[in-house]
Amino acid sequence: MGVMAVSLGHYLVVSAILFVLGVFGIFLNRKNVIIIMMSIELILLSVTLNLVAFSAALGDLAGQVMAMFVLTVAAAEAAIGLAIVLVYFRNRGSIQVEDVTLMKG
Amino acid sequence: MIATIFFYIFAVILVAAAATVVSARNPVHSVLFLILAFFNAAALFLIAGAEFLAMVLVIVYVGAVALFFLFVVMMLDVNFAELRSGFQRYLPVGAAVGAILFIELVVLYGGWQIAPQATSLRMSPAPAISNTQALGDVLYTDYIFLFQAAGLVLLVAMIGAIVLTLRDRRVRRHQDIGAQIARTAAETLELVEVSVGAGIKELGIYRPKPPALVPESGPDSAPEPAHADAGQHGHGAQHAPEVR
Repeated sequence: MGVMAVSLGHYLVVSAILFVLGVFGIFLNRKNVIIIMMSIELILLSVTLNLVAFSAALGDLAGQVMAMFVLTVAAAEAAIGLAIVLVYFRNRGSIQVEDVTLMKG
Repeated sequence: MIATIFFYIFAVILVAAAATVVSARNPVHSVLFLILAFFNAAALFLIAGAEFLAMVLVIVYVGAVALFFLFVVMMLDVNFAELRSGFQRYLPVGAAVGAILFIELVVLYGGWQIAPQATSLRMSPAPAISNTQALGDVLYTDYIFLFQAAGLVLLVAMIGAIVLTLRDRRVRRHQDIGAQIARTAAETLELVEVSVGAGIKELGIYRPKPPALVPESGPDSAPEPAHADAGQHGHGAQHAPEVR
């Protein structure tokens, strides 16, 4: 087992609070898609924190490799998502999520 | 002991910054608090011993992703006050879902324990070398396919973002090779007979025909009068120059 200065439970509690705040943010800012994406970033950050905490507690480097992969996916998601927001804003002149019902027919 | 104190400081700042991100009135403030949250999460990574990931978080997230958010927020001219109109309405639902989720996580944590054989189940036990060196040792050997998949994800994201946002508006000067090859001498070259001694006052200012008026078809397949005129210029026909 790895040696941790702070116990695993502390990290899990902080990560859980961060995750809940991210989900709360998605519900709270239903109209602003940019804040929704920031909330998703918070959720991914809490997942990364969990992976790193377990990696340190168990002395297993696989968790940090997975955390790096999560960071990669989060960066790609932010880039694609903001590009979609940009194109949507060009076409419609707003970023209201409730307006995005064009595919409903 | 000192690590625990710093852990609490950074954790409190992290949670407070995250709460401000989701509740700030101005989206620019949200992005700035997101950057603060990333910094504090990097500090927590450092306390856990993941030094390389902490630096990656600061460089990649604060340096690239968060500034990208800031860039988009500032570039879009959106009435953000209008976007917050349903804030009070969604507050109870969001609080209820968040509370339920948090209670579930607490219950899960209460009844959870590490498996007794966890030490023998480790995929890649951390050796007693520095974090970055150990990570590099396993990343390019045991997890090479994961590493390549991450690169592929980034490539797809890059191509996708460029394809989505690239606008070909033809504002720059493009070389149209077809139009260049299709040009004939009759369309571009005009010989004008100028009488001896005539000045600008008699001739006027000669302007060539705009290219839009030149017929598209070839020189021998268009019997239009305008085109025939243009063909005869070279033979010294007595055409007065166009006086405007």
